[in-house]
Amino acid sequence: MPDVIDRPTLPLVAPEHAAAEALVAPDESAARRTLRDQVARLETELAQLFCSSWPRKELSFGVPGRGGPRMLSLAELEELRDELAGRVALARRALSDRTWVEEQNRRLIEEMLLDPASHKWRLVTSEDIGEPGCRHWHVRPRWSLLGMLMGWWRVVVSSGCPLAGPASG
Amino acid sequence: MIELDLRPGWVDPELAEEFPELSLTSALVEVRPRRSPPALKDQLRALADRYTGAKVVQMRQDQVPWAYRVFARQVGVDPDTDRTPVEAIALARLRHGGLRSENIVDDALTIAVAETGVPVVALDAARLEGEPGLRPSLPGERLGPLRPLSSRQIVIADAARPLAVVLGEVSEHAGVTAKTERMLLCALGVKGVPRISIEEALWLAGETLYTGAGA
Repeated sequence: MPDVIDRPTLPLVAPEHAAAEALVAPDESAARRTLRDQVARLETELAQLFCSSWPRKELSFGVPGRGGPRMLSLAELEELRDELAGRVALARRALSDRTWVEEQNRRLIEEMLLDPASHKWRLVTSEDIGEPGCRHWHVRPRWSLLGMLMGWWRVVVSSGCPLAGPASG
Repeated sequence: MIELDLRPGWVDPELAEEFPELSLTSALVEVRPRRSPPALKDQLRALADRYTGAKVVQMRQDQVPWAYRVFARQVGVDPDTDRTPVEAIALARLRHGGLRSENIVDDALTIAVAETGVPVVALDAARLEGEPGLRPSLPGERLGPLRPLSSRQIVIADAARPLAVVLGEVSEHAGVTAKTERMLLCALGVKGVPRISIEEALWLAGETLYTGAGA
């Protein structure tokens, strides 16, 4: 069918119409609204993660500002949304990893209590199990050197944070 | 019982389209700044006693503080670096072990912001030209004589010039001074903040100012 094959391809839009369309700016408002909603949702998730992670201090929740308060461009909103999404994913993963380690440490405390002699000198702090305060569980020999020689091991639970001293200076 | 006339401010159409629920409500208060009376200091102390670390951590999930955090994000502010006014007060309380009394105006604003979560600023009514409103900054504009404003920064402005940066500092040309006789309290409203919270913030600030001035 040479007549079909040789037929010249026509542009989908007439050249004069294409030029006119290029002059009309696309309506960004719907895209901007969607991005703002997404930013709001991600900020909510980040706030929830922050509250769930308390009192753990090592997790990062920061997403840098954009020199605001000002009206951000579409590209800036997209960039902000992507950074927030990345930060939420990262924080969620870090929190998940952290809680897994804490669960292992809780199990370790139970094992230490059940069999102190198998966990000589092991120390677990309240920070290791994701709790506030200065409490710790420490496997130590009863009666010091004598306990070490006799194999009399026990778990000593500290009584908490030291009392505040007088202000220096 | 005090009388306050709450007036809605204008919002630039472009800004209103971007943030449909953005608002500025103002109220005129005829009080001169002075030192805080002991009763106001007691009120501040009682307010500080209600803060705990856990409450401050949870604050970002409460409806009103959360709404301002979201707004801050949407306008390119990191609320963990440049704190929203209510979070800044809470953090200052934790750092200093109390809320420091400054003067009757700052103390009244602190109480209003801490109780409601709504940011309120006080402007010198005599130095304003026309009603205040919200708009993006114009190219080359400054806040006061020195502070240059970045492109399309969202400001509280009167007919002549920017008066304050939203969620930020107030121009020294518009702020309250010792010579102020009438001040305009302005409360910022954003999406998710009930109208009643904005009104309560202004009433609380106004009442504290009038009560403190009369003490």
